[in-house]
Amino acid sequence: MKNAIGVEIPEYIEGLGKLEPFQGVWSSIIEDEVPVTNISRTLKAKKPHASKLCKNLEEAIKKCKPFDGMTLTCHHHLRGGDGVLMQTIKILDEMGIKDITLASSSLTSAHDGLVSYLEKGMITRIFTSGIRGALGDAISVGKLKYPAVIHSHGGRVRDFLTGRIKPDLSVLAASAADEEGNATGAHGPSAFGSMGYADIDARYSRNVIIVTDNLVDYPCIPSTIRQHFIDYVVKVDSIGDATKIASGTTRITNSPMDLRIARIAATVIEHSGLFKNGMSFQVGAGGASLAVAKFLREDMKRKEIIGSFMIGGVTSYGVDMLNEGLFHSIFDVQSFDAAVSTSVLNNPNHIEISCDQYANPNNCGSMTNKLDVVVLGALEVDVDFNVNVITGASGEIRGASGGHSDTASGANLTVVVCPAFRGRLPIVKDRVHTVVTPGESVDVIVTERGVCVNPSKPNLAAALKKAGLKVVDIRDLKEEVECMTGVPAEKQLGDKIVALVEYRDGTIIDVIYNVENLS
Amino acid sequence: MLYIPGNNPAMIQQAGVYGCDAVLLDLEDAVALNQKDAARILVRNMLQTVNFYETEVCVRVNNFHTPFGLADLEEIVPLQPDNIRFPKTETVADVKEFMKEVRRIEKDYGIKNPTMSIHVMIETAKGVANVYDIAASDSRIDAITIGGQDLTADMGIIKTPDGVGIDYARKRIVMAGKANGLDVLDTIFADVNDDEGLREETEYIKKIGFAGKALINPRQVDIVHEVFNPTENEVRKAYRVYSEFIKNKKAGIGVFAIDGKMIDAPVVQRAITVLEYAKIDLKEIEKNAG
Repeated sequence: MKNAIGVEIPEYIEGLGKLEPFQGVWSSIIEDEVPVTNISRTLKAKKPHASKLCKNLEEAIKKCKPFDGMTLTCHHHLRGGDGVLMQTIKILDEMGIKDITLASSSLTSAHDGLVSYLEKGMITRIFTSGIRGALGDAISVGKLKYPAVIHSHGGRVRDFLTGRIKPDLSVLAASAADEEGNATGAHGPSAFGSMGYADIDARYSRNVIIVTDNLVDYPCIPSTIRQHFIDYVVKVDSIGDATKIASGTTRITNSPMDLRIARIAATVIEHSGLFKNGMSFQVGAGGASLAVAKFLREDMKRKEIIGSFMIGGVTSYGVDMLNEGLFHSIFDVQSFDAAVSTSVLNNPNHIEISCDQYANPNNCGSMTNKLDVVVLGALEVDVDFNVNVITGASGEIRGASGGHSDTASGANLTVVVCPAFRGRLPIVKDRVHTVVTPGESVDVIVTERGVCVNPSKPNLAAALKKAGLKVVDIRDLKEEVECMTGVPAEKQLGDKIVALVEYRDGTIIDVIYNVENLS
Repeated sequence: MLYIPGNNPAMIQQAGVYGCDAVLLDLEDAVALNQKDAARILVRNMLQTVNFYETEVCVRVNNFHTPFGLADLEEIVPLQPDNIRFPKTETVADVKEFMKEVRRIEKDYGIKNPTMSIHVMIETAKGVANVYDIAASDSRIDAITIGGQDLTADMGIIKTPDGVGIDYARKRIVMAGKANGLDVLDTIFADVNDDEGLREETEYIKKIGFAGKALINPRQVDIVHEVFNPTENEVRKAYRVYSEFIKNKKAGIGVFAIDGKMIDAPVVQRAITVLEYAKIDLKEIEKNAG
């Protein structure tokens, strides 16, 4: 069956079940009650004064009675510095547990070591919002038994609440926790800031273990994760390396090209009609998109604009803007910089939120639905404004859906920033290799060689032209770039589906086929 | 004007997207001796293939006292970039020798109405001493520029942040350029990470009469534009001056007052310059004032 953007979607996939094709950005969103199955939380009980403390992670996992075919969840707030997931997998493997479904909120370079567990069949299913590095390569060539499911951040919450993902065990790193499991990421030697993704795991998993390298006196304050959801608590030597949270993609770029694109994007925002007091704003991580904040900051000061809130992955740059009074508040689901944790801890206007509040499409208070402007990156875009942020030039899985489609669907203005070409490869295609965010929800694509406005927004195009911006037809831009780069040969892909890209409403927007020769 | 090394294809390909007024494709100091041939061929080819959009394109060739100068002209002149820059100009004779070759090549290629203008670059004490005559030496010269790095080397001094060592040269070159109706462009600011230093130097050179500045990194473009572009307030004032000037002119009045301040021809000329910098159509103002 074909979905709304013309992708052939299998009706059923072994190991994953029946699939629903994507029908459009807002087709499944109706007001009031949503007609999907709701999973209730597991009821738990403990005898009075029973201790939750375990001597080590192995003991805690054993107490949770792991079994073949179980679903394990973790969070990725420590990003490249995460040390908990690999410890957990090693212990489960030594216990002989097989056929695990791994549902980490995202997977980073810290998880390259998972490849051997895929190869031996210990991990057979993966649900996540992002897959990178060696793990992405391994899945791309077909080393995971069943196709990986890549969902959005909001989609992950929805998958928990509808039972698409049924966590049996959640092992959650915290930079501070007490003996009852009240936990935070806001302070301690490994502070990483918000625990927005972990919150949903704690609430919906059958067994929850808090792992910390900083056991504090009861009660742990503040506590993002609350004790009445926690089964066991473990003190370990290290939960990871918080200094690796901030990667090169989370700092303001020095690249003249990225800065140029960012300057144009900020000008787009200034003339969009949304640049006014009370504006809300989100910027993604990465080169040009994060640099937009730099220029927006200057423009807001120049025009004396005070915004309402910033949301999403929060950098220290965002914190600076909050402290300068350019925004009233930050809603933080994920801190992209260890230094942000201080602000989470001390500034009441820096509000930690769960991923449910951030982006769940099926609740009545999703922050992404209150968003005015979002700036996002892209690996590829196409003439229908579809955006790929997952697969690379060879068709390999190397990125993250994250909150891309969540924010694009909710924002009044979705701006995608990308260079017109990288190296010798054009970024504007007839059709992106993998659709993650449908063009229906993308308003403007900003490149160094011109601004492309979705034809559904003629008034916006007129306003940007009037502001002196170079507005170009996206097909003309594609042609111009191809005159310089040529048209790359079609990627050579196999016929085995190695991953499904799930839209935030649970439908399948695209499928990823195996790469035969990954060089 | 943004300097782009003539041996870097990736940078040349992107040269037109940074929003600068002009790019200079450099065959001289930015190119190592053993890459002169390759750079010359690359620049020649890229002039024919790259879209520089609205950005003016200048090519800096090597001086004729090197083995490369004439060969550069042979390749570049037939393509008629917007301008060609002659470095280390010291005397009128230098200009005449240079222009003789330029005209010969244009004739050889049947270019009857050449569009390419000439920039002369003053980079030695001797050049500074002769700058008035150099500036007036050929009608195709439309800009003159100072090369601060070479000039300080020639003078045996170190270029300091306050620019005191080249201050006389700067002012002399500005006067020579203005006296001959030329655009006068300042030298580079070498520290690409010192935004404030760049801003201060640009504000200074604007005050003493330069029309632009050479840049070595695209990150410097916006700062220089911010300094040179008139502020909203300046544009508003200039608009009012020119509008009142048109009204008074129709009434046969040459000198008038706005808010008690005398407005005469030089003030009007300055207002016109501001409006031109701001790309405001004077005819539109004239129509509205009518």
